[in-house]
Amino acid sequence: MAANSRTASRTLALIQKESLQVVRDPSALLIAFILPVVMLFLFAYAVSLDIQRVKIGVVLESDTPKSVALASYLGGTRYFEVHPARSAEQLGARLVSGDLKGYVLIPGNLEQRVAQGNQPLVQIITDASQPNTANFVAGYAQGAVQRWFSEQPSLAGPRINIEARYWYNPSIDSRQFLIPGAIGIIMTMIGTLLTALVMAREWERGTMEALLSTPARVNEIIIGKVLPYFVLGMLASTIASLISLFVFGIPLRGSLFALLIVSAVFMLPALGQGLVISVVAKNQFIASQLALLSGFLPAFLLSGFLFEIDSMPQVIQYITNVVAAKYYISSLQTIFLVGDEWSTLLPNVLYMGLLGALFLGISRLKTRRSLEG
Amino acid sequence: MQNEAQVSLPENSIVEISALHKSFQDLQALCDVTATIDAGKLTGLVGPDGAGKTTLLRCLAGLLSPTSGSIRILQQDPVTDSSELVEQIGYMPQRFGLYEDLSVIENLRLYAQLRQIETTQRDQIFEQLLEFTKLAPFQQRRAGKLSGGMKQKLGLACALMSRPKLLLLDEPGVGVDPVSRQDLWQMVDVLTEEGMAVVWATAYLDEAEQCETVLLMNEGSLAFAGSPTELTDRLHGRSFRISGIQNHPRELLKEALQLPGVIDGVIQGRAVRTVTDATEVRTDLQNLAASVGGQLESVAPRFEDAFVDLLGGGPGGQSALAEQMETVSLGEQNVVECRNLTKRFGSFAATDNVSFTVNQGEIFGLLGPNGAGKSTTFKMLCGLLKPTEGTARVAGLDLSRSTTEAKLKLGYMAQKFSLYGLLSVEQNLDFFAGVYGLTGATKKSRIEEMVETFQLQAYLTSSPDNLPLGFKQRLALACATMHRPPVLFLDEPTSGVDPITRREFWTHINGLVGKGVTVMVTTHFMDEAEYCDRIALMYNAKLIALDSTDNIKASMAGPQEDLTMEQAFIRLIKQSDLQREAA
Repeated sequence: MAANSRTASRTLALIQKESLQVVRDPSALLIAFILPVVMLFLFAYAVSLDIQRVKIGVVLESDTPKSVALASYLGGTRYFEVHPARSAEQLGARLVSGDLKGYVLIPGNLEQRVAQGNQPLVQIITDASQPNTANFVAGYAQGAVQRWFSEQPSLAGPRINIEARYWYNPSIDSRQFLIPGAIGIIMTMIGTLLTALVMAREWERGTMEALLSTPARVNEIIIGKVLPYFVLGMLASTIASLISLFVFGIPLRGSLFALLIVSAVFMLPALGQGLVISVVAKNQFIASQLALLSGFLPAFLLSGFLFEIDSMPQVIQYITNVVAAKYYISSLQTIFLVGDEWSTLLPNVLYMGLLGALFLGISRLKTRRSLEG
Repeated sequence: MQNEAQVSLPENSIVEISALHKSFQDLQALCDVTATIDAGKLTGLVGPDGAGKTTLLRCLAGLLSPTSGSIRILQQDPVTDSSELVEQIGYMPQRFGLYEDLSVIENLRLYAQLRQIETTQRDQIFEQLLEFTKLAPFQQRRAGKLSGGMKQKLGLACALMSRPKLLLLDEPGVGVDPVSRQDLWQMVDVLTEEGMAVVWATAYLDEAEQCETVLLMNEGSLAFAGSPTELTDRLHGRSFRISGIQNHPRELLKEALQLPGVIDGVIQGRAVRTVTDATEVRTDLQNLAASVGGQLESVAPRFEDAFVDLLGGGPGGQSALAEQMETVSLGEQNVVECRNLTKRFGSFAATDNVSFTVNQGEIFGLLGPNGAGKSTTFKMLCGLLKPTEGTARVAGLDLSRSTTEAKLKLGYMAQKFSLYGLLSVEQNLDFFAGVYGLTGATKKSRIEEMVETFQLQAYLTSSPDNLPLGFKQRLALACATMHRPPVLFLDEPTSGVDPITRREFWTHINGLVGKGVTVMVTTHFMDEAEYCDRIALMYNAKLIALDSTDNIKASMAGPQEDLTMEQAFIRLIKQSDLQREAA
């Protein structure tokens, strides 16, 4: 009994100490509150996967009414800003300089072929040095051209009219899934980077040596570190969610409860990873490098946040399974855009919990009550 | 005799170390250490850096487990019985273990809670500790904003929290001004009188003399255990001083060291201090003294003399490095000159209106506690920092205008050897030779010279990180002098190295100065100041004294009083504090 109350009072003392340090250390507050805001705004405005008014050329080989109508149809979509030309040669230089991302060639015989009821040929050329943009230009241009043809009465016939419906994100606005993903990245940063840094700082300043020479146990030291940053992380995630809802107008179709539960569970592997790093890295520079390499980059590249996991090589797909951010970001996207879909959320929570237990377990085993090794 | 009386009774010892070995991978940090530590005594754990002092303290604190051998503290094992022992041991690590973002009282509260002091007793204990350390007026101040001396006192207060029976202090005197260091000695005296066993680790050999017992460590082994007088008594009648000479004592020192039987010699202001081996060489020394018009007197042996004797004597007086140098003539009287030099970082002045000049062929020392402004001043003189106000000139060149030209004329050895750990010793030499513009045959022959002079052959392919400390310092000096600069800047060149390497360094410096090289040096070893022709004492960013060591000591001493440099410094600081309060 006495031993328990001692453990409790020591842990409390460590938590108090850590909280005071957080409040007084501007860099901790910077990482916890300013960084999320900056990153949210960056992801909201700078990163966009949508095509908006991309400059393309349209080569009109003749000025027949149908050619002109198709050209203006292309210009009328919100995807393109159209620059007309008489021949492909005229556009060559602008394509090379990257000013135009591609062009659509409308052949001189368009009118004839439409009149004959044949499918006319339209050429689409894209600048594939940026494959992503090239794909979008090709895709959207093709779509626009086809839609225009389908509206031509002379080509009428029994057609299947395909109308696409975009569920969960009807306006296909990439911001809607980028922002929940960004929250995942931010939480990875706070959980992993901050914990790794503050542990390394204890070693660097020699305070760990002093702590270890008191009766404080390893468990108490770890809990004294984890709890304050858990709270800080939860605060940061709440702020980030509020900004998403009220500043960027992302819908929250699920419940706040689910959001908090998922975030709380995610803090376990994030903090655990920070502690594991601190076992290896006893100075802040190495700790921050390791946190970026093992926390931030995988969360960015391997979580499915920006890059589709299904299109990665099989080996890398396996690796993504140990990236906790993958489960968190998928959960966030579900909660924000779909709702409390527990059949998706529960497995995610389970995996995050398992990874959390793994990381915390490793750090507990490796952090010893001595300066050995 | 006095020594017999001091032999400890077994029941008095609270720590017993037997056949202790500790290795880290392939490094043997402690080798066969057997010793006891007594209650109610101040035990000095003395030795150069890397001697194993910190490792031994960490083993005692239960933070490291021995590779073999055993430690018993109050009949218990510090590792396996750590939960029982932890309240009996107070440990202050090297950087005091304080949280800089927490205030004085918050630090105390944290350690009180961690050491589970009853809430009811807490206030009383805090009051006692604050009074004891004189920190009461600063309770609300953040630890990061305290001076070095106050931090050290707070660290001590935290370590004393549970009223331990054994107090372990790891280099508490480093970087602290002499006045605070004196305060600390007095506090420790009070504690030992109450029956506490205090272990004070230090690299300053002069601190050893103040301890009741000493454990002298060298390269992981115990070189001596016992009272310091027991060690120095062995040298009874073997230490001499030659004073009253007209010329500079450097030549005299060189000659004295060449006498057979003289095992050690150092410069003390305008005098030379020598230690002889057991043979009778007094007459030789007397003749030598007479030949330069001085007198020989017998002086009390110091702890450092005994340590050098224990290590088999110091190096000779010849500097191979200096012999290779051509005589330098700059045709310039004031080789280093600074006028009203001021450096401000924001509103904080790190160097405040400092002016002095250094003549060619002079050893000029810059002394002062950490944070006094030595390094900032030094960096401005080397062109590494731009002065806020005032000018700094080296060899007639204004450092703020012709930095590159001036830099070719100076050699700089930084405090923490700025050598590349990923390059081998040979590659480091090659790199620095290249940086200073040496090419072809000259470069090759200079590197060979350096390798030979500093005996680096065996280490050519190893990384500087793996060298023994003494060799690291030698390599750093080699890199700084390879281009034969007429002005040499040495920032704490011998901090923490063993006394033999220190002697060797000073032999080189003396030799170089003999060739007309001008040397600027910073140090916090007060006795090392004695090697300098003149010293500038810095305190609180200001120059508080500028003169030869003899004159400074004389100006602070009362009639018939013989002060050490440290005592003179303490008086100067107190004087300066009084003046500041008055202003």
